[in-house]
Amino acid sequence: MKTDHTSEVTLRINGTEEKVLVDHRVTLLDLLRDRLGLTGTKKGCDHGQCGACTVLLNGRRANSCLKLAVAAEGATVVTIEGVADLTEGDGLHPLQEAFVANDAMQCGYCTPGQICSALGALAEADAGWPSHVTPDVTAGVKSASELGAEEIRERMSGNLCRCGAYHGIVAAITQVASGSNR
Amino acid sequence: MKPFAYQRADSIDDAISAIANHPGTAYLAGGTNLVDLMKLGVSRPRALVDISHLPLDHLTHRDGHTVIGALATNATVAADPVIRTDFPVLSESILAGASGQLRNSASTAGNLLQKTRCTYFQDVSKPCNKRAPGSGCPARTGAHRDLGILGVSTSCIATQPSDMAVALSVLDATVSLRSAAGERTVKLQDFYVAPGTTPHRETVLEHGELLTQVAFPALPAGATSRYRKVRDRWSYAFAVISVAAVVVLDAHGRIEQVRIAWGGVAPRPWRAYLAEAELRGRRPSPELFERTLRAELRHATPLPQNEFKVDLVKDVTTALLTDLAHPAEDRKVTR
Ligand SMILES: Cc1cc2nc3c(=O)[nH]c(=O)nc-3n(C[C@H](O)[C@H](O)[C@H](O)COP(=O)(O)OP(=O)(O)OC[C@H]3O[C@@H](n4cnc5c(N)ncnc54)[C@H](O)[C@@H]3O)c2cc1C
Ligand code: FES
Ligand code: FES
Repeated sequence: MKTDHTSEVTLRINGTEEKVLVDHRVTLLDLLRDRLGLTGTKKGCDHGQCGACTVLLNGRRANSCLKLAVAAEGATVVTIEGVADLTEGDGLHPLQEAFVANDAMQCGYCTPGQICSALGALAEADAGWPSHVTPDVTAGVKSASELGAEEIRERMSGNLCRCGAYHGIVAAITQVASGSNR
Repeated sequence: MKPFAYQRADSIDDAISAIANHPGTAYLAGGTNLVDLMKLGVSRPRALVDISHLPLDHLTHRDGHTVIGALATNATVAADPVIRTDFPVLSESILAGASGQLRNSASTAGNLLQKTRCTYFQDVSKPCNKRAPGSGCPARTGAHRDLGILGVSTSCIATQPSDMAVALSVLDATVSLRSAAGERTVKLQDFYVAPGTTPHRETVLEHGELLTQVAFPALPAGATSRYRKVRDRWSYAFAVISVAAVVVLDAHGRIEQVRIAWGGVAPRPWRAYLAEAELRGRRPSPELFERTLRAELRHATPLPQNEFKVDLVKDVTTALLTDLAHPAEDRKVTR
């Protein structure tokens, strides 16, 4: 039952509708992990500084640690558990395959956030959005396929990796960005 | 975190009446600053009024004016084709801040109203005149390397951390503030108030007033504008110092108009009005810029750890103005 400090929220998470009563203090991150058992999304800093908690919120990448669950009422959320379902077939998402193929992780803690963030970043580039390192902000970029390592590093700077697996991460994203299998 | 009530506002009037006359309540937009501060115990609202579904995400360019709704996200403003073409300084300032995922959540109003990153303000175990009026300021004798050198007071030397505000400052932006009594429009320059002895009061915004939009006029024909930011790491960090500038040259290559604003040095975006007035009508040269900026910075009151900001902001501004004042055909764009 709704009280002064709790509310019922309905979200669509990885294609499934979830209706839950939440304390207003609960973040989307804690709702996913502690209430819904979706522990793929990780908590690093809990303050927007590391990107481990990145999910796709209404199609765009967002830090779930700074989003109150109650404020996400009606939202569509994709977490790492739902990423493979974004493509046809039974296997992993091409970006997940590329992370494996390029050794893009060591401990793997940052990986779910890296993958969700990269999916968001590729979509932003496909929409022509410039970044801080785009030579001409007016021109922007044509699509993700033209992103070089410098662009990918800048666009992914909101995701830290304590193991320093950046080399493989950039390689994996570059491979998918330049391919047509997205 | 203290338990709090939550309400989603269905209309602007709803939102305003839910906050006005209710002390201890706050608007929630993207939440990327407020929720962070609530986790730290710095903000302790009794109730949040979620404004993120109000129809205030407009972004229009009409009759020589650009209007940005309070809820337009930082990401959409930076990506807007007209902003990128006509006001690159604004796109660049946003893209130089935070991260891709934060910019997707962050709103225009929330960005302008974000709180200082001063570590004493963020640490509730420490005194801070901004957070707990009258408790004192340990920054002057403690860690002040990242804090202000202009327009600060003995009570507080915190800086306003917004990059976007610095760019909007050189665009001569105004903000619209709505209350039950109606709407008023305030110049961004007058929106932030000097800390004096009341650093907890940062803007002219009254409790319950809703920032509804930001507006600015088109730049003069031939104007060039840019943003340059110095950070401790290459990406995803607040400004050590930053510079936004607009330059318009006349037919003889003299400075017809110049606007300069600094971030990371003051409790507000610092418009270098003295330097601007001094530069008008002159022939641009690095020596002139350097001399004029030095005069503007005579009023700086740095402390031992942040004294370097005086020369840093002077040198970066000189370099940026020199780039902008190059005749268009041989301008070399550097970042
Ligand atoms: C790790 C990290 C790095 C960052 N780096 C940068 C950076 O480099 N540069 C930079 O500029 N910023 C940076 N930011 C700050 C970020 O830009 C702000 O958090 C964001 O812009 C705030 O917007 P929001 O919509 O989330 O605001 P909220 O958190 O929702 O609100 C912020 C404040 O504004 C008030 N408010 C919101 N909307 C209104 C309104 N319409 N009317 C009246 N009051 C309102 C709220 O009550 C609250 O007090 C960073 C943040 C993080 C977490
Ligand atoms: S846990 Fe959200 S950014 Fe670190
Ligand atoms: S793989 Fe260990 S933190 Fe990135």
